[in-house]
Amino acid sequence: MALNGIQIFKLTPKKNCKECGCPTCMAFSMKVAQGAKQISECPHMSAEALEQLSEATAPPMKTIKVGTGDNEHTLGGETVLYRHEKTFVNKTVYAANICTCMDDAEIDDRLAQVKVVDYDRINERMYTEMINVNFGKDTTPERYAEVAKKAAAIRPVILSVKDEAAAKAALDAVKDTKPVLNGADASNYEAFCKLASDAGVVLGVSGASIEDLYDTVQKIEKLGNKNLILDVTMDSIKATFEAAVVIRRAALSDGERSFGYPSIVNVNKLTDDREMQQSLAALFTLKYGSIIVVDKMDYAMALPLYGLRQNLFTDPQKPMKVAPGIYPINGADENSVCLTTVDFALTYFLVSGELERSGVPCNLIISDAGGLSVLTSWAAGKLSATSISKYVQENVESKIKNRTLIIPGKVAVLKGDLENKLPGWKIVVAPLEAVQLVKFLKDMKANGEI
Amino acid sequence: MPFNRKAHKFNASINEVEIGTGDKAIKIGGENTFPFYSFDGSLGAGPKIGVEITDLGLDGEPEGVKAYYAGCNTIGEIAKKAAQMPGGDFVVLRLAGGDPNGANKSVEDLVAVAKEVAEAIDTPLVVEGCKNVEKDAELLAKVAGALQGRNIVVMSAKEENYKAIGAAAGLAYGQKVGAESAVDINLAKQLNVVMTQLGVPASSIVMNTGSAAVGYGFDYTISTFDRVRAAALGQDDKMLQMPIITPVASETWVVKESTAAEEDAEEGWGPVEARGISMEVQTATACLVSGSDAVILKHPESVKTISKLIQELV
Ligand code: B12
Ligand code: SF4
Repeated sequence: MALNGIQIFKLTPKKNCKECGCPTCMAFSMKVAQGAKQISECPHMSAEALEQLSEATAPPMKTIKVGTGDNEHTLGGETVLYRHEKTFVNKTVYAANICTCMDDAEIDDRLAQVKVVDYDRINERMYTEMINVNFGKDTTPERYAEVAKKAAAIRPVILSVKDEAAAKAALDAVKDTKPVLNGADASNYEAFCKLASDAGVVLGVSGASIEDLYDTVQKIEKLGNKNLILDVTMDSIKATFEAAVVIRRAALSDGERSFGYPSIVNVNKLTDDREMQQSLAALFTLKYGSIIVVDKMDYAMALPLYGLRQNLFTDPQKPMKVAPGIYPINGADENSVCLTTVDFALTYFLVSGELERSGVPCNLIISDAGGLSVLTSWAAGKLSATSISKYVQENVESKIKNRTLIIPGKVAVLKGDLENKLPGWKIVVAPLEAVQLVKFLKDMKANGEI
Repeated sequence: MPFNRKAHKFNASINEVEIGTGDKAIKIGGENTFPFYSFDGSLGAGPKIGVEITDLGLDGEPEGVKAYYAGCNTIGEIAKKAAQMPGGDFVVLRLAGGDPNGANKSVEDLVAVAKEVAEAIDTPLVVEGCKNVEKDAELLAKVAGALQGRNIVVMSAKEENYKAIGAAAGLAYGQKVGAESAVDINLAKQLNVVMTQLGVPASSIVMNTGSAAVGYGFDYTISTFDRVRAAALGQDDKMLQMPIITPVASETWVVKESTAAEEDAEEGWGPVEARGISMEVQTATACLVSGSDAVILKHPESVKTISKLIQELV
């Protein structure tokens, strides 16, 4: 639990020596309580006081790293339950599942599939970040290790295994890739804690209930291991949702340190139904899954899911903007047709993507619209015939000779006004959605209009 | 030390609003806790699903939707089939054809459509406008009158036209009114305040606090839901305790992911219909877990999945 200024003051040496930059120990304590100073800035603090304080001022949720190099992912470290309170910091990562109960061909298929979904959306790489390697009944440790190794060559893995010999064999094979060993529970935690500590990897802990999970985590913490992930998957969808929420909330609003770890949700164990899996993947993205495992990630599932995640993890204080300017596309020059849209990064990304796909050389003109979408900026008065015409006259007319301007379909109402304000220009209304641009531009070209 | 579980309880709840008549009537809202937090309190009536049809028929619809309605020739037949969709709780008629920049159908024609739909079904009915505020003001007021006695929800009452729609639907004809605002807690509250000042009882209002497809400005949608629910339950704000109905299909089936044919789409995207269903299912899930008391969908596969999700979680 966070300490207040008075509680911190009781632990200071009360020398008022000013070496911390504060006039008195009391003033220093107040600053620490507000988070404006670090305890370590006082050189005279006793060791016991430091320990007590660092425990009390530590963040409510640990930040854990898995994988290595470009494949390293940071999990946890959240401080709030809702994105409007402050930004969510470490985005959910998604894992596909393989199992040693599958035959080799199926495993290879699944591993090949993992690489298929890989694309950029507003400068963020979207792909299946991890692979869950499930231990199938009666698998030998050798086979488990061999399959884990194959998977770990592609992505960081989650070793989902409760068999000690198999866990050890797999760790021997892949520990350098920093996998998660997801296998500790009330029955085996001592052995698994040792396995994970020896290998230097994150340990996943599960329980039959929230209370049982809590007990096991406390026992593992007593053994000195705090490099943990909580597997909140229970025996039903309802119980899993409850665990995901109750555990995160206990950590962030009730100061429950033993629940202050990232979580893992095995959606693949809750249902075989693909549609249901994607619904649950979206559900647990919003409600506190740090790693979400589905059987298989394809484009249809990924496109909305990664879009949702991107929205959820954006900084609510900062609109995503691009700089106003003339963006030449497909090798456009001063004679190429002009189109205009707003400076909201998402809109720019969608529109420029379609323009590139059309292959038609064109100039995309972005004026300052407050970083808002087309209709939002129009409704807010930030995108108008005046704002567009002013920008075109001041920044475009001197550089571009072409005099055709294509405007977004959603602001078709601006056409007349723009024609008045931009003499010499031909104003063309485009379709409503960016996806329709490819055909629209190709048709214009075929008709000799551009 | 064993885990000391703290329940988070509120001394406030979301209004329970009844729509429809007779034994087919349903309730929306009534919960006193956050979405699906049944471990903290009551979920009230539990989330509901509306099945969307439009006056424009089936021409532009995805194959799976067309297949579901195969053999239906009139809007009445379509409505009847919509009412039977497994997992659906009510029917939503969107009068998209009223848009002056689109089909621009007359108010009389559209009122006739609404009547035909109402006569074909006995499940609760929700009617949405065409998004043009002037046209909706006239159209929805007339629909409210024509369907008097059916206890329908008349959606799409906005800042600009709530007086006409609210007075007709909520006062003159005793229907329920859907207050639509643009993804902002203050705007949502303000509209409820002026609507009640007009005389519409708070218990007759449902809200549409804004919607978008996931990935398309949905961040604001989430935060609006979160904040509206925190104020309604945590601060007992009576002007935000109306249940929320969110149109999902009309947002998700127009974006690129749901419309680009496989041959025009990026490599690997696969068949368009599966992408459309995914957008609809995931957006609906995200709305429900953030605060919607009802979502409006159209694909039978999405309705089936979301209905299963709700059964699992209530
Ligand atoms: C998120 C959002 C907001 C956010 C803004 C986020 C942002 N960065 O823009 C916030 C909460 C701030 C907001 C505020 C407001 N909003 Co707002 N908002 C939305 C919402 C939910 C999504 C917008 C979005 O991100 N769309 C995604 C982007 C990518 O869309 P887009 O820019 O239009 O681009 C697409 C197309 O236009 C096309 N395109 C773009 N450029 C071009 C160019 C060419 C050539 C072509 C062919 C195509 C093309 O490509 C894109 C994809 O197809 C919409 C509702 C909705 N579902 O759309 C309402 C909406 C746009 N907002 C609306 C309103 C009224 C407002 C406010 C004025 C409310 C108020 N009274 O205060 C304020 C104004 C802001 C201010 N005062 O500062 C209304 C507009 C109504 C209207 N028809 O005019 C909407 C439609 C909601 C509604 N139904 O009432 N809003
Ligand atoms: S450095 Fe330490 S002892 Fe000196 S004034 Fe600051 S808090 Fe007090």
